[in-house]
Amino acid sequence: MELTFKDVNYIYSPGTPFEYRALENFSMHVPSGSFAAVIGHTGSGKSTLIQHINGLLQPTEGTVQVGGFVIEAGKKNKHLRDLREKTGIVFQYPEHQLFEETVEKDIAFGPKNFGVEEAEIEQRVADALEAVQLSEEMKDKSPFDLSGGQMRRVAIAGVLAMKPEVLVLDEPTAGLDPRGQKEMMEMFYRLHEQEGLTTVLVTHSMEDALTYADSVVIMNEGKKFMEGEPLEVFKQKEQLRDVQLDVPEVLAFLEKVENRLGVAIDYRKQSLAELAKDLTSELGRGDGHE
Amino acid sequence: MNNSMIIGQYVPGHSLIHRLDPRTKILIIFFFVITVFFANSVWSYAILTAFAIGTALATRVPLSFVAKGLKPVWFLIIFTFLLHLFVSRQGDILFTVLGFPFYEESLIQGATLSLRFFLLILFTSLLTLTTSPIEITDAIESLLHPLKRIKFPVHELALMMSISLRFIPTLMQEAEKISKAQASRGVDFRTGSIKDRMSAIIPLLIPLFVSAFKRAEELAMAMEARGYQGGEGRTKIRELVFYKKDYSAFLFFLLVIAATIGTRM
Amino acid sequence: MSEQVEFRNVSFRYQEDAPRVLKDVDFSIDRGEWVAIIGHNGSGKSTIAKLMNGLLFAESGEVRVSGEVIGEENVWDVRKQVGMVFQNPDNQFVGTTVRDDVAFGMENRGIPREDMLRKVPESLKAVQMEAYEEHEPHRLSGGQKQRVAIAGVLAVAPDYMILDEATAMLDPKGRQEILETVRNVQQESDLTLITITHDLNEIVAADRVIVMNEGEVWFEGTPREVFSHKEALSRIGLDVPFVAKLTEELRSQGVHVKEEPLNHEEMVEELWNLRSKM
Repeated sequence: MELTFKDVNYIYSPGTPFEYRALENFSMHVPSGSFAAVIGHTGSGKSTLIQHINGLLQPTEGTVQVGGFVIEAGKKNKHLRDLREKTGIVFQYPEHQLFEETVEKDIAFGPKNFGVEEAEIEQRVADALEAVQLSEEMKDKSPFDLSGGQMRRVAIAGVLAMKPEVLVLDEPTAGLDPRGQKEMMEMFYRLHEQEGLTTVLVTHSMEDALTYADSVVIMNEGKKFMEGEPLEVFKQKEQLRDVQLDVPEVLAFLEKVENRLGVAIDYRKQSLAELAKDLTSELGRGDGHE
Repeated sequence: MNNSMIIGQYVPGHSLIHRLDPRTKILIIFFFVITVFFANSVWSYAILTAFAIGTALATRVPLSFVAKGLKPVWFLIIFTFLLHLFVSRQGDILFTVLGFPFYEESLIQGATLSLRFFLLILFTSLLTLTTSPIEITDAIESLLHPLKRIKFPVHELALMMSISLRFIPTLMQEAEKISKAQASRGVDFRTGSIKDRMSAIIPLLIPLFVSAFKRAEELAMAMEARGYQGGEGRTKIRELVFYKKDYSAFLFFLLVIAATIGTRM
Repeated sequence: MSEQVEFRNVSFRYQEDAPRVLKDVDFSIDRGEWVAIIGHNGSGKSTIAKLMNGLLFAESGEVRVSGEVIGEENVWDVRKQVGMVFQNPDNQFVGTTVRDDVAFGMENRGIPREDMLRKVPESLKAVQMEAYEEHEPHRLSGGQKQRVAIAGVLAVAPDYMILDEATAMLDPKGRQEILETVRNVQQESDLTLITITHDLNEIVAADRVIVMNEGEVWFEGTPREVFSHKEALSRIGLDVPFVAKLTEELRSQGVHVKEEPLNHEEMVEELWNLRSKM
């Protein structure tokens, strides 16, 4: 399913002294089956943005289109339920939404609400557990007896069991240790590929955006600040620094190499080994003058 | 996100009433409530009404806010009045409308009871309109201080109240977050039968409880790490001081009481 | 004596029949040092923090702070010396305003009100939060709340400050704020600082690193020494900085990188020196 925002404005508490414009003339397009990253500081409008994708919020002005579903300002949406079944949102710290007695029941909660048949649900629970790499025996345990990392996987399985076509991830690796973060991102990327999902990742990690995303949107104060193919966007270092965002480390490093050594190395997502090779061959050439 | 959350009905401001010591306000309200029950003449009611309305105006809180605070009780006030008018039959018939007699005594009784009710609600609501919840907590701790001698846990009570106040916005944000997460999993909080809606609450309440317990546990540990060992030997940075304006307020209020008592029949 | 925190053969488990989370842990930390304790989640590093100020007690072995073994009788004295900042910014904010929260620790110690009124703005200034004295917690960002928590610790002037994953829940900007704050504080006082963290920038900034794995001390050394063991670190689930990875790749291609560079600047210098020899 493709995803389109067209001139979306969203205002919290309109007409009160607390009125606050969280999205301003925001447009974006994510083609079906592609992976988009959204980056910005806390308060830049990212979480308001993702809540529009499954109709938790309705635009104050403008249109949001998700596949065949259209959410328009000022119009009542009749197909909200169907839309929510097709869009899975993994919120920040999703383990906080667990509540059932067993892992199985919690994963089955979403599909049940959407009226999926018993036999089908059973199959989906098994598939979802496998997708998040938890063993089958887990399903009779209480989710509250699991470790933090396992709880998060159960919560994610609960979203996957809805069989969404659009998957929205809000900082899914927050609070995990480095290994856990890497495993989690690789899991989502595999699912994205296997299931042909349209994925929207909200993140602070430039590295993750560079590694996994097909396109990136940089948000600043409710507006779209930059947009494009990740590597192209991240090469605009000055612009990123204007809004106090980091440049991916490898690009920041190559910039310093260029400034100090006068050697420009083009980064095209090569591996560290290739980068080391580029460095040695460029430096070995040694054009002499300092 | 919208951070402008108002707890209770407190309307921040700098009026004289806002700046009075919260203990002054609580004590005056306490004695005002008693005085209202002593009033029994037109003049005594007039004085108390003038005092209450004058104070309300002095808070400089927009009258619409004051009215909003009274909204849930308007019904009660009017109901009390009508009940007296139609049910009790005392005194002479004053006049008849469409064959229905209105009695003089009932009319007066209904009017005074509703007026009392109105005065009590209006005046007590001025406290919550002009005093932040934490100031009220401080005042309660200070006023209940003598009860410590009979082992009443005054300090613990005040600490509990202030921590609750501190965590209300946090838990409200959390409730919003969880209800959105469950709505995304297909829970419908808005439509369906009462039974459906009741069961929709469970996926919201359980995570909220779990999180509140976890917060409480972590908070207790943090407090312990910061040396909290109960009220014994503790000092306080929040301090309440009676100033000249508080004494003046008491003095003025004494005059109002004296005038009310003096105009009794 | 210069050894200020000592763990001598410390073992610990949360329940009788549970496996030990710490096994024979033995290390010491000197006065004024900045030590980072790292390890994957569940490696026992947070347990170490709680043993240092008597929130937990060792099952066997001794934990000494300033020469004294921590026990039930002196735990409140120990807590006066050891300040602690926890992971969740919300769950350690006790006061209804910033000022009340900074004062909380001083109130517990019975410090006179006049002193508190002087100390609160001073401590807030040290963490660059002096403009927020009247603010309520729900109007602050996570990084600001953590800075207030640090101010609350500084206000009681402890000898040790432990940051127990204090930046784990913050965004990059918040982490940066805390790291700068901590660096300033450490420079301007003789505070002994113990940070428990995954954050590579925090680790690089420390004087010494203790690496925990499966409840045991796995390695102790300077950040430079630690990050030269790239392979082994990633085997126990830990990350190494970009420059350390690059150093390794350069070496495997026969480039002789002498020192172990820790940051971009050092790496670029190293490359500059190497350039003629390539």
